[in-house]
Amino acid sequence: MTPTIVLPVMIGGLYAAGVYLLLDRSLTRVLLGFLLLGNATNLLLLSSGGPAGLAPILGYSDADEINDPLPQALILTAIVITFGISAFVLAIIHRSWRLARNEAVGTDEEDRRVAARRATDADELDPDDLAPEDRAAMHADSLRADLEEIADDVDVPAGRGAP
Amino acid sequence: MLVLLLLHLLAGLLAPVLVRWWGRQAFLALALVPAAGFGWVVTRLGPVLAGEEQRETVAWIPVLDLDVALRLDALALAFAALVTGVGALVLVYCARYFSPGEEGTGRFAGCLTAFAGSMLGLVLADDMLLLYVFWELTTVFSFLLIGGSGRRLAARRAASQALILTTAGGLAMLVGLILVGQASGSYRLSEVVADPGSGTAMTVGAALVLAGAVTKSALVPFHFWLPAAMEAPTPVSAYLHAAAMVKAGVYLVARLAPGLADVPGWRPVVLGLGVATMLVGGYRALRQKDLKLLLAFGTVSQLGFLLTLVGAGSAELAAAGLTMTLAHGLFKSTLFLTVGVVDHATGTRDLRRLSGLGRRLPVLAAVGTAAAASMAGLPPLLGFVGKEAAFTALLDGGLPDRTAAVVVLVGLVTGSVLTAAYTARFVWGAFARKPGVPGTALEHPPEALFLAAPAVLALAGLVLGPASPLLDPLVTAYAETLPLYAPEAEHLALWHGWQPALALSALTVLGGAALFAVRGPVQRLQGRVAVGASADEGYWNVVQGVDRLSVLVTGTTQRGSLPAYLGTILAVVLALPGTLLLTQAPWPGEWRAWDTPVQAVVGVVVVTAAALTLRIRQRLSAVLVVGVTGYGIAVVFALQGAPDLALTQFLVETLTLVVFVLVLRKLPKDITERHRPRERAVRGVIAVSVGAFMGAVGAVALAVRTATPVSAGWPGPAYDFGGGKNVVNVTLVDIRAWDTIGEVSLLVVAATGVASLVFLRGRTGGVDRVTRAQLSRSGESGRRAPRDRWLAATATLDPARRSVVLEVVTRLLFHTITVFSLYLLFSGHNEPGGGFAGGLVAGLALVLRYLAGGRYELGEAAPVAPGLLLGSGLLVAGVSGVAGLLLGGGVLQTAVVETTLPVLGDVKLVTSLFFDCGVYLIVVGLVLDVLRSLGAELDRQEDQEDPIELSPGEVVLR
Repeated sequence: MTPTIVLPVMIGGLYAAGVYLLLDRSLTRVLLGFLLLGNATNLLLLSSGGPAGLAPILGYSDADEINDPLPQALILTAIVITFGISAFVLAIIHRSWRLARNEAVGTDEEDRRVAARRATDADELDPDDLAPEDRAAMHADSLRADLEEIADDVDVPAGRGAP
Repeated sequence: MLVLLLLHLLAGLLAPVLVRWWGRQAFLALALVPAAGFGWVVTRLGPVLAGEEQRETVAWIPVLDLDVALRLDALALAFAALVTGVGALVLVYCARYFSPGEEGTGRFAGCLTAFAGSMLGLVLADDMLLLYVFWELTTVFSFLLIGGSGRRLAARRAASQALILTTAGGLAMLVGLILVGQASGSYRLSEVVADPGSGTAMTVGAALVLAGAVTKSALVPFHFWLPAAMEAPTPVSAYLHAAAMVKAGVYLVARLAPGLADVPGWRPVVLGLGVATMLVGGYRALRQKDLKLLLAFGTVSQLGFLLTLVGAGSAELAAAGLTMTLAHGLFKSTLFLTVGVVDHATGTRDLRRLSGLGRRLPVLAAVGTAAAASMAGLPPLLGFVGKEAAFTALLDGGLPDRTAAVVVLVGLVTGSVLTAAYTARFVWGAFARKPGVPGTALEHPPEALFLAAPAVLALAGLVLGPASPLLDPLVTAYAETLPLYAPEAEHLALWHGWQPALALSALTVLGGAALFAVRGPVQRLQGRVAVGASADEGYWNVVQGVDRLSVLVTGTTQRGSLPAYLGTILAVVLALPGTLLLTQAPWPGEWRAWDTPVQAVVGVVVVTAAALTLRIRQRLSAVLVVGVTGYGIAVVFALQGAPDLALTQFLVETLTLVVFVLVLRKLPKDITERHRPRERAVRGVIAVSVGAFMGAVGAVALAVRTATPVSAGWPGPAYDFGGGKNVVNVTLVDIRAWDTIGEVSLLVVAATGVASLVFLRGRTGGVDRVTRAQLSRSGESGRRAPRDRWLAATATLDPARRSVVLEVVTRLLFHTITVFSLYLLFSGHNEPGGGFAGGLVAGLALVLRYLAGGRYELGEAAPVAPGLLLGSGLLVAGVSGVAGLLLGGGVLQTAVVETTLPVLGDVKLVTSLFFDCGVYLIVVGLVLDVLRSLGAELDRQEDQEDPIELSPGEVVLR
């Protein structure tokens, strides 16, 4: 099928504007970008349906003159879902403003804490760095200066295995 | 066999309940399950020895050719007897090991019983993937049993170490099993062994399978997890880490050796690691002061011994290996249980503190000593028979290569000397009276039942020595599957006459005794040559290295900036598909300017508006300009031949504007600029590139399209089967109705999300209705508003906020709009419209009421909770889907009912109308929810000065 010039330009323009806004820290602008992206994507889907045609309604038009109904069905639900998600983001914006007087996405402090982490968890420490009671018991025997302090001569009980 | 496994599963699930009812006595009941297994195994002994294999196959995942294939042959029978017999006795032992009412006993009982079932499944499985499943189950239960409650750091570390090592080996093994399965063309163990493939895949596969066996059976260099696992309670050590789980590696090697022993690399790995492990384990056992650790290193040593024997791939060594496995299972679990009794009775396992216990606990000492004698290889115990068979085999043959046989023999004899030495050390440490050490007091003298399990096990080892000819048919039945290298097969017996192997046995015992006698100097020597490094520390260093690396990677990639993440994702989109687009995609050969000239005009408006949004910092203006693009798109839809889309887009765009305004009234007028010019430049580059990329993708995709669209054949069937003329609507409610179900569910979720973000503590507040009290109060202040007048609630508004024009328009339009929305709903099947559009129109009617009359008017207009609308909408849609099923079609299939009624004439009822009604209700519910949250609730919070305040202890996440 032959593409038009107008639709790709519109799609590109909407995507460019949408992405630019989406990369902002202000949630309002992010939401505006999201709306533009939604419009751009709907247009992209529509353009994939081929050239303009008649409404896909029997009785008004013949089956071979209509615009492809499949992208239309996809777009229709997409439009309504975009509305639902926008309302959700608006609620987030409102709450962020109510609670913090700020509607911008700040730096994620948890991420920075992970990045700044230096110490190792006790679950992963070297055995030597642990308190003695937390070490695996067999760790001691690989240490050098730990000789046995028990007397050599023993009293062998009856029935012992070796002679 | 399957019944037995299910019985174990059931018992494992019931165990916590039983323990709650009966306390520790529940273990006695649980012991019946493995005992039943043992009984069954014993009854199968006759048929199996007669050459009759027991098989059961149940289809599991037919698509993957995966069956629950179980098989009982001589080898499986030997291991199954060990697993079930020791399992039952250990459970009996548990009934006295735990104090009454000890915390965590129920969980422990469940894990241990389930483990017994997994282990039984492992030795019975004939399918390699099924074996893998059981293999990993044993790993998981081992982890749970070692870790216990997870409160102790040492136990946690030991558990995770065992888990990481054995699952790493297990994953390697999985890959190996798949390679072996592909190379030999079957996933049945019996068939793989009968006809193994060859080639590189087989060599690599066998090596990977060995990796699994080596980690599971704690061979060098992965031996250290086993001593660390001694953090677990003693029954676990006795069962999992002596008799059962660590034997899984031995079992797997024994199972595969008949087919895979000649694969290149098999023998060097098995024999080399086996002998090395035997020596390392024995050497380190000599240094232990904790009796349990001494036994643990002894187990490591013996596992090396066993793997050497069963992995060698000869009939005579395999027979010795199987005998030795049984012997080891018996004596090592006895010894662990003995240590448990000692620990329980005296409160210590340190051999430097124990003294004179032999005289105080004579029965225990006899039991322990009998088992120890078997370990040292003293006649007349089973351990002696096994060891003697191994020596005999290696003296005469045992391996294809004589030099290798001699080297292995020297290694095994040396290892046995060490074994005898640490055995002596164990008996001395546990029971001897030591000068200078006060006699150990008995805190809790053991009950008879506590001693029963070790006594039975020790007795079995004692009886089976002289009775070893009885074991011979079983062992031979397995050994016969392997080639014989010795001139003739030696049968199991206590006395073979004066022969070189007997001299070797004597040598090991005497050597061990000598080593024990000079233990002082030996200890000092061991202390002097001890190296600071160990495989264990190597493990922790690797773990820490991985940890540091992950922090480094996380720290460098997770910068905590949302724009940076998005930018990275988009950059990847540009880099990969973008490059492909530039280099590979065929560029459209011809272009059309537009579909209609009007499209171009709209295009200019839309793109200009989009560009304007980038510069505008005023919130409201930006929203309006974005709205312009939306309306523009609606025009494009109309021009393209999509009236449904145009209608919906207009409605949604209007609603979006309203909702934006509702929220924006609470925010400052302008958006502050937070980005530096350089950031803006980068964003601009990414944005323009993505825009160009997406435009090009759309054009290229359309240009290369050659196939007929799937929807080409829809219009006819849409009418014939869907009963509607509007193909788009039929698509939504019939052809792709499942999609629509998913999408409306998403709307319900989004609406609920909005409400919970605004209301914070409840799903919604109550519906704000105008009460007589409020009206009369407002009457007192001079604004009389009778209840029966329409739009009465406007009286609650501040006069300055009322608009007469809006109120009049609302009075005129509200009903008209509502009726129109119903018209759209009902006519949508044949004309533009439908549930989505109808619901949006009804929503707009509500918006009008709210804007004109405030939050009380909204409550009057829609005196229902939005959640009710959303829920009933989903219900209606779901029920109408099921109705299709009841009327004889598929789920969500449309049924058409046509009748002629008086007055109305021909009536055609399409069941998908009810589905559309559900959609309608959900969309109305969504709009109402948004209005009630972002509109009415925000009003209320402002009116009543109700800022969100945290009650003590409540945390609000931002």
